Amino acid sequence: MSRIAGRFRQLAAQGRKALIPYVVAGDPALDGTAPLMHALVDAGADIIELGVPFSDPMSEGPVIQLAHERALANGTSLRDVLAIVSDFRRRDTATPVLLMGYANPVERMGYARFADAASHAGIDALLSVDIPPEEVAAVHAELQRVGMDNIFLVAPTTPEARVAKIAAQASGFVYYVSLKGVTGAGHLDSAAVSQRVAIIRRYSELPVAVGFGIRDAAAAAAVAVAADGVVVGSALVDAMAQTIENGGDHAAATAAAAALLADIRRGIDRQAPVDIPRQGY
Amino acid sequence: MTSDTQKSRFDAVPDKEGRFGVYGGRFVAETLMSALAELETLYRKLSADPDFQRELDADLGHYVGRPSPLYEARRWSEQLGGARIFLKREDLNHTGAHKVNNCIGQALLAKYMGKQRIIAETGAGQHGVATATIAARLGLECQVYMGEEDVRRQALNVYRMKLLGAQVIPVTSGSRTLKDAMNEAMRDWVTHVDDTFYIIGTVAGPHPYPMLVRDFQCVIGREARAQSLAQTGALPDALVACVGGGSNAIGLFHPFLADESVAMYGVEAGGHGVSSNQHAAPLSAGSPGVLHGNRTYLMQDADGQIMHTHSVSAGLDYPGVGPEHAWLKDIGRVDYVVATDDEALEAFHRLTRLEGILPALESAHALAYAAKLAVAMQPQQVIVVNLSGRGDKDIHTVAQIDGIEF
Repeated sequence: MSRIAGRFRQLAAQGRKALIPYVVAGDPALDGTAPLMHALVDAGADIIELGVPFSDPMSEGPVIQLAHERALANGTSLRDVLAIVSDFRRRDTATPVLLMGYANPVERMGYARFADAASHAGIDALLSVDIPPEEVAAVHAELQRVGMDNIFLVAPTTPEARVAKIAAQASGFVYYVSLKGVTGAGHLDSAAVSQRVAIIRRYSELPVAVGFGIRDAAAAAAVAVAADGVVVGSALVDAMAQTIENGGDHAAATAAAAALLADIRRGIDRQAPVDIPRQGY
Repeated sequence: MTSDTQKSRFDAVPDKEGRFGVYGGRFVAETLMSALAELETLYRKLSADPDFQRELDADLGHYVGRPSPLYEARRWSEQLGGARIFLKREDLNHTGAHKVNNCIGQALLAKYMGKQRIIAETGAGQHGVATATIAARLGLECQVYMGEEDVRRQALNVYRMKLLGAQVIPVTSGSRTLKDAMNEAMRDWVTHVDDTFYIIGTVAGPHPYPMLVRDFQCVIGREARAQSLAQTGALPDALVACVGGGSNAIGLFHPFLADESVAMYGVEAGGHGVSSNQHAAPLSAGSPGVLHGNRTYLMQDADGQIMHTHSVSAGLDYPGVGPEHAWLKDIGRVDYVVATDDEALEAFHRLTRLEGILPALESAHALAYAAKLAVAMQPQQVIVVNLSGRGDKDIHTVAQIDGIEF
């Protein structure tokens, strides 16, 4: 069983939902990312989603775009991201880590080389925003070869027949994009999210995590009613950026992100007892 | 002179996945996949519909002013002392460049889809102006994304778009040029995908855009082919066009691809020279990768990050290129070469003084290479250069380089 599957199974047994923070590797500092990951785990993270910086992050809103730009200004390459996870693994072999990024840096490294190096570094999965199922065969084969999960997005615009097609290729969990828009957008509709999560469950046994536009404990708790996991990105990245803009150092930024994540953790856990049963869709 | 096997080879791309060999495809976030599939289905249906073609042809005739002339640049050719150079006068189109051919087509698609809002990215502003023009004519809301750097370089076109009722949104992310404008347009589209049609201005982006933009631009090559036969009694010996994203070049080249005797040259922006890293020549000095929805040649570093580009012409200042060009390069059908900023500026002045035609700085790259080519050819041979746009928009840039302030 993959580390991600194991983590979801363990959480389900406890009646809890997965909290998945997203941060960009190398932001705000290259040597600060592994400590940040540990702090997020201490604050209640179940899985870490690590953004691989890219010069043209087309699906990101302004907050995460700036994080990519800062990370690149710090010289963060895909090889550095792998090194960060290796470093993280020296103290934490339990928390699953998935990389979220764009096709080109992985393509440039080569799919086979990436798969070998990523699995060696202790990375559990890849979510490539701009590689849909139609384009995934080559990278999918390499991820499978090394036992890494391949995370796919399902969007509000995905027709039901396509949900089935995506579910057939997905492993680890299904990532439902909670709104039409970029990361950090502000028009989340949690009732609509619940309906769409129900549709995904018709086609997949995998856990469903929801992300994009979840910025606080209340939104996370609302989404967690229907989902198995909640991804929080822009809010954390913004908390760190604001701290630094106000004169704080990297340690203060990490503390700010951890405090926000802990608050969201409490919000989700309060919601847990009123979880609705999974059957009956 | 035309081989049927060759013809079917070139008509067979892209395949149903949108691939030109290993290039092209549809590398976008899931949210856009259905919109692209819907666009492809509609386009395949309409492109076979005589009513749609009639409507398109009527607009191209009466609104754009087609066919554009094929003009022999006699004084310039004589001064060079080599081949006869003919200019395909896309600069005479309404709005002053080839971009409108594609905008008319895509706006018709938007109309058939019932979309009320149009967005576009623009570099030099020609595609933005063409899009704003069509939007004004159809009464559609129009927003144009333009890199902040290009807003500065192309102030005249920015004002033209505003006059036409479009909103120009300066893009401040990344390198603040065309690639960043395209990122921002994609972000807008993903957010407003239900009511918005994205008119991509070049033969790049996710499938079906490289196919449909090519098809709409092929009117250039179809006309040039017939005009060559009528005016010179033969097919041209060589075609030359500038390549940024590559829409004017593919429009000229495609109808000739199966004509084995016709040599083709795509001229990329050499900037300060390809060895300087200050250029925009991915086919000449880049490597394959994935950007803006397709696999193609890119200017990228060893870590797969897209590099900043430089060209004196905003319209060529793009780190990628249409996937069909990537394929045509690999199979050796088209030669991709470069002209530097200085060479393009020299050609700009030369054509203006000798023929009374101000070329766009983009087109001046094609002229610069054609001049070199002509000298090495025989006087009875014929070169057709795509004069893809007029240079009025560049007067400010050229004046500044010449040390003149208005």
